[in-house]
Amino acid sequence: MENLSYDFAAAPAAVPLQRRVLVGVVGSGDLEVLVEPAAAQIRIQICTSVDGMASIWQALMQRVFGAAALPAMRIDINDFGATPGVVRLRLEQAMEELGLSDQQPVDKI
Amino acid sequence: MTTNQETRLTALLGQNSFIELAARERSRQLLDAGSGRELVGPFERLSSPWLAQQGVVTQADDGVVVTKGSFNGQSCVVLAIEGAFQGGSLGEVGGAKIAGALELAALDNRNGIPTMAIIVFETGGVRLQEANLGLAAIAEIHSAIVDLRRCQPVIGIVAGTVGCFGGMSIAAALCSYFIVTREARLGLNGPAVIEQEAGIAEYDSRDRSFIWSITGGEQRALSGLVDVLAEDDVQQIRSHVAQLLARGVPRMHRSEQTARFISALDAADAATQATPGMARAIYAQGAQ
Amino acid sequence: MNSARQAEISRGARWFGALAGPALAGYPASLLVADGALGTRPVRWIAVVPDAHNRFERARHGEVGLIEGWHLARAVQEVVAADAGKPARTAIIAIVDVASQAYGRREEAYGIHLALAAAAGAYAAARLAGHPVVALIVGKAMSGAFLAHGYQAGRIVAFDDPEVMVHAMGKASAARITLRSVEALTALAETIPPMAYDIKNFAALGLLSATLNVADPDQPQPADLDLVGQALQDMLASMDAEAEHDLSTRLGSPLRQASQRVRELLRLQWSQTVTE
Repeated sequence: MENLSYDFAAAPAAVPLQRRVLVGVVGSGDLEVLVEPAAAQIRIQICTSVDGMASIWQALMQRVFGAAALPAMRIDINDFGATPGVVRLRLEQAMEELGLSDQQPVDKI
Repeated sequence: MTTNQETRLTALLGQNSFIELAARERSRQLLDAGSGRELVGPFERLSSPWLAQQGVVTQADDGVVVTKGSFNGQSCVVLAIEGAFQGGSLGEVGGAKIAGALELAALDNRNGIPTMAIIVFETGGVRLQEANLGLAAIAEIHSAIVDLRRCQPVIGIVAGTVGCFGGMSIAAALCSYFIVTREARLGLNGPAVIEQEAGIAEYDSRDRSFIWSITGGEQRALSGLVDVLAEDDVQQIRSHVAQLLARGVPRMHRSEQTARFISALDAADAATQATPGMARAIYAQGAQ
Repeated sequence: MNSARQAEISRGARWFGALAGPALAGYPASLLVADGALGTRPVRWIAVVPDAHNRFERARHGEVGLIEGWHLARAVQEVVAADAGKPARTAIIAIVDVASQAYGRREEAYGIHLALAAAAGAYAAARLAGHPVVALIVGKAMSGAFLAHGYQAGRIVAFDDPEVMVHAMGKASAARITLRSVEALTALAETIPPMAYDIKNFAALGLLSATLNVADPDQPQPADLDLVGQALQDMLASMDAEAEHDLSTRLGSPLRQASQRVRELLRLQWSQTVTE
């Protein structure tokens, strides 16, 4: 089990988050994502059952939050072996529920 | 397409699976629209104090969702176990959420507020990583059900796919009324443990059709050990809950019908290995 | 008594014999029930013991099975019915030495989960009706068997002895289910109190009212009988003053602070009308 942490700058012009959201469950191959408003930055804390994947998490977080115009938020991820694809899906689901999916950078894989 | 086919297709398309819903959504769907308010939810971050030190990732709500709202206008609390997290096994915090909510519902009734409870079981029983605290919490759940069921029906549901086993199957049997689906199972010991203890000839844990024939929802319903065999549909399950609630507190709960069950077991041929038919037969007489 | 006969008699049976005397007729051989007194208080004693001729072959070694579950319920319900409408409440002492529930096809097919619920429910209802219920753990108090026989007591006391164990599942099965070795589980139990099997760790969880140092847990001695009798009377006296007949005395340990915190937060949030 590993704990990882990533910080990104929030977009100063972004409308502050008014709500919080939870998506997913900590089931085999799945994860839960909790998103709450925060004061100053985007802080992501990950607890994952699979060790040694830090660089993959880093790259994924960078893609989702690195260039996005998102408000400050606190994100907690509890992961039980989800693939990067499933992680991405859950993050997008969370962003969509918060009404933030327009701010996602266009990312063609 | 014939009228029959049309009807069935409409029914299929109109059916909203209860099984496919996570615990939180099951709870929301059971309560009156918009009435549900989650208590001690995931953002309180009251999760297991015991899992991290064993290298197990926690779920923020510890796998139990407490939602308070109304059911057809009556004050109602729904306790739903998330089967996807650690097989729905109960630890200290999840167990306390269920027991504590049932205790408060009973207190409500003593103060003139007719709060009822619905418990959605999807659990293998005690979370072994928390062993004695899981077991203690389950004992407290049993106590709280017995207390509350004197005032209001406590309605249990097991829909599947995890089923309801271990100490929580005892809780299930303490409920005033119980709803199962065909996909569900309800039994005390998990198949793997029975096979380990009693041998494969006694119980083959890999024989799915055998397991469902003994502990599956349909078998339990035909044996009179539960009250309703429901289709896997949100509206139908809700409707069954309403009908059961309307019956009120049973004059005698199934688990209190000592004389009836003792006499049925006395008449059973205990020397012969059980078949589903035998189980249905011994309980067919004297249904109350 | 020769040693061959001694081997068949469980601790539970020995302590029942010493404390309660001869069992009432009319119960299955696996259930010992007797009516007596502790001091001036009327008491019903109940124990589950091995029965080599149990009709259900998977319940011959002291397991709590179908028969035991329903007859436990009967033994307790009789007490409640007999005292209904009277001011006095007969105490119920569960002598606990139960290594497991019964595992078998017949057990599952005929609804052992309901049989154990009958027992647990009867004990709980008796306690809620004001009958003081005490569990005296002299040996094993495991899993579903303990949930049915003993865990609904208002007070739990146990012998301080290595043979006395409380847990949710035997080590071999627990290891298999959690995909760990027995050695790994044992190591974990040393730093994680709820996973331990021994009575000291169980006491640390705040679930016991007293541990008793008896000289010989296998052979009741007169001094031990006095000690146990006095402890039981103390437990009964402590319940006299209680207004609520609930299990809240079990919530005192720092190791259960999460259990208390959950209840606190539930209370705080229960009546709020603010929604998210």
